[in-house]
Amino acid sequence: MSTVLPVIQTELAVHSSVDFDEKLATHGIGLRSARVDTLQVNVGKLCNQACKHCHVDASPKRTEIMTRETAEAVIDAVRRFRIPTLDITGGAPELNPSFRYLVSAARALGAHVIVRHNLTVMFETDQKDLPEFFRDHEVEVVSSLPYFLEEQTDSQRGPGVFSKSIEALRRLNAVGYGIDESGLILNLVYNPVGAFLPPAQEAIERDFKRELMMRYGIFFNQLFTITNMPINRFLDYLRRSGNEERYMRKLVEAFNPSAVDGLMCRNLVSVDWTGKLYDCDFNQMLELGVAPELPQTIADFDPVKFGARRIMTGSHCFGCAAGAGSSCGGAVVVSS
Amino acid sequence: MSYYEEADLDRFSDIGKYRPDLFEKFMAWYQACQEDGALSRREKALIGLAVAHALQCPYCIDAFSQSCLEAGSNMEQMTEAIHMASALRGGAALIHGLQAHNSVNKVSM
Repeated sequence: MSTVLPVIQTELAVHSSVDFDEKLATHGIGLRSARVDTLQVNVGKLCNQACKHCHVDASPKRTEIMTRETAEAVIDAVRRFRIPTLDITGGAPELNPSFRYLVSAARALGAHVIVRHNLTVMFETDQKDLPEFFRDHEVEVVSSLPYFLEEQTDSQRGPGVFSKSIEALRRLNAVGYGIDESGLILNLVYNPVGAFLPPAQEAIERDFKRELMMRYGIFFNQLFTITNMPINRFLDYLRRSGNEERYMRKLVEAFNPSAVDGLMCRNLVSVDWTGKLYDCDFNQMLELGVAPELPQTIADFDPVKFGARRIMTGSHCFGCAAGAGSSCGGAVVVSS
Repeated sequence: MSYYEEADLDRFSDIGKYRPDLFEKFMAWYQACQEDGALSRREKALIGLAVAHALQCPYCIDAFSQSCLEAGSNMEQMTEAIHMASALRGGAALIHGLQAHNSVNKVSM
């Protein structure tokens, strides 16, 4: 796989305008979903942070937020179709007034609930009890921590975020998260602090486990490596820093056909704050809805129709198919 | 115009135009060297970065800086590797001072 081999390109530079579907076709792949076992719900763009790489453009200034009525439509879909997993993201989803309703209603229906929790929101008003709330509802917590050092983390996520994140991780550990026997899952997310691809997931996970334990006494379950998507705020950074062409070329050259099978769009449907449906959270941010022949909103959702749907793609999809692949659950191909 | 052009790094394979067989052999060897083995890919990238500085090759410094990041290294680790290369170069120069001493001693009473 040339993707992880550094330094010398063996072919002439591939331009960033290479079409993702054409690239798939050259490998005899037609991208379709396999099934729907996850509804990934983005409950809004409001966040207590404004990270430099955020594909949502989330910040404290954003006002787009899911209403209770739409949240009830999501829960109705989980109930009617026995959706196995509800994956709640944002923004900082905890800032949505319907957040705790979504979690408790989905858990009452027996769904596995994942919350994409940014750690620092725990220190916002009325959020202090989040560790206990997560524990009581057996939520799987997935939290971004781009590096185990302060400089890199604060550079991407804002001044002071690292120290708050460490304190939040200690509080999660204190209620049992990330501790082997507890059954409470705390997974961390690494994403590169800049215009480069993530390292091998297993290798960087070992570093995180060793360093976080030795430096701060922190434990967690798994580390997911996620590639930065060339959209929204990260794309702005690429353009400002003169890295866009080089980064896109890197993604295209790192295309790995064996990563396609494990792409997250193959087993989830993404719901935005208005209830509209997408093939993934990145398409959602680009307002690239599901194929027009499909139901367009959560109120009309039917997993049978979505089970083998064609996936809508764009050049950003090279981000998910580069190297070891990238999904909400991290790398999709185990390193040799 | 600079003698070193950043874009040349991406067209390195052009050097294979006249003897592609030799270039292919080089690439096979070069790539195999960087795979995980008794040393990890990360350790090899740090060695590459150190050697790039010892050689003072701007292409290699650029490329192996990226490789180190993509292997999960941080600036502290990379800087230590650069110091190793620099210290070795310094030490290699300094020990030649004994040659000077020897030379002086040879003609001295």
